[in-house]
Amino acid sequence: MSEAVVSTRIRLARNLKEYPFPIRLSSDKAREIVDKVGEALKDSELKFHRIDMDAIPDTIRVAMIERHLVSPDFISEQEGRAVYLSDDNTVSIMVNEEDHIRLQVMMDGFQPEEAYALADKVDNILSKKLNFAFHDRLGYLTQCPTNLGTGMRASVMLHLPALEMSGTVNRIGANLSKLGLTMRGLYGESSKPAGAFFQLSNQVTLGISEKAAIENLKNITNQLITQEMRARESLLNNIEAEDKINRALGVLKTARLMDHNEAMKLLSLVRLGVSEKKIETLSTDSIDKLIVEIQPASIMTRYGDDMSPRDRDIKRAQILRERFA
Amino acid sequence: MLCQHCKKHEATTVVKTMINGKYAEYRLCPECAHELGYDSMFTDFTSDFGGLFSSFFSNALPAISGATHCDTCGSTINDIRRTGKVGCADCYDTFFSELMPTIRSVHGNTEHKGKRPGAIEYTVNEEEEGSAENKIESLRAELKKAIENENFERAAQLRDEIKEMEG
Repeated sequence: MSEAVVSTRIRLARNLKEYPFPIRLSSDKAREIVDKVGEALKDSELKFHRIDMDAIPDTIRVAMIERHLVSPDFISEQEGRAVYLSDDNTVSIMVNEEDHIRLQVMMDGFQPEEAYALADKVDNILSKKLNFAFHDRLGYLTQCPTNLGTGMRASVMLHLPALEMSGTVNRIGANLSKLGLTMRGLYGESSKPAGAFFQLSNQVTLGISEKAAIENLKNITNQLITQEMRARESLLNNIEAEDKINRALGVLKTARLMDHNEAMKLLSLVRLGVSEKKIETLSTDSIDKLIVEIQPASIMTRYGDDMSPRDRDIKRAQILRERFA
Repeated sequence: MLCQHCKKHEATTVVKTMINGKYAEYRLCPECAHELGYDSMFTDFTSDFGGLFSSFFSNALPAISGATHCDTCGSTINDIRRTGKVGCADCYDTFFSELMPTIRSVHGNTEHKGKRPGAIEYTVNEEEEGSAENKIESLRAELKKAIENENFERAAQLRDEIKEMEG
């Protein structure tokens, strides 16, 4: 599968029948739910560990967003909220975000079926002990009616630099909603696309089965990749493009100050060069890991909570120099 | 609340973002949100579904069910309209007729398809093939009726539809 797909994510929204939805939930009841979910997870083969949001510092909370383990919305409040992470961080279960349970499976590359199979398995384990709110006609009941039905969002993170450069990505995006899909920036809702990374996910959850929604996502992803590759052909076979990619690499190798935005842009170009075999010495995997590593809070959790933006820019430049040396 | 950027217009968009490694929330008016690049990337669907939901509701007709509040959680239909969030599972029954138009316009559907809790194993193919077969059956019945009534134009139409479905 193409390297244009960075990762795949499946998210299921579930609520417990006997508790009001989070908007009407007291913190005592919220904590009760956190405990119940932990209890239900004990039957899983996977090992989970619990992280209470009010027990960790702000930088770690944000670093968890940067790793896509929790949503920005989740850390906006901390009381009565906890996340259960599997040992390899593939499965994350946010408790008391917008719904009581947001079960998420994330995998590298393009693996929607595999990711769904795992999410389904964990969901089955949970539903043995927990009584999920379900309506015969409306499916799984969720706090926001936009998630009714399957409660499933399947998404892929795409790297589409050629479609972005040629400006076609916006036109494509506008047409996607007609197909029941949406495209957003790197960190989901309301986030700006950075470095030509886009998140494509299904919009409709009611009246379409999990399998059909995943099939639809797969088809559109394949079409987008075909278009991206076509755009790359016409865009890349000239000295200008090669120059741009190699200059990006040059800056990454030598810069002393590097803000987050610039780093994302340059890494995006280098990722393009690597996946088009213009740069032979690196892999897209290593760049994807580096992208997480140079996010602001990820730098701070590793090198110190009290770093100023300037300190971080210095550290970021250093990390990148060492990696590309 | 006023837009935190221009401090002139009513804020309609909540932007959740990270600045310098800190989580921050901003409330912006549409113009500033656009100017700062925080509008939904593509115009057809805003990412703020709460807003979408409540804007549908502000145009909705008065309560049809006659229920003033949900007996389980105490939510009123106005609470739901204001927040775009439903209070509990029972609200969906209590305010079913009020919620339905919004649900239909968001999803284009009102009947769940897919997984059900407790079902041992569910296979989508069977279910979907089953429903296609049912459809063909009912078209056949309609075709027979059309021929009996000598409505040949309709019959031809139905014959083509069946042919297409049988692939």
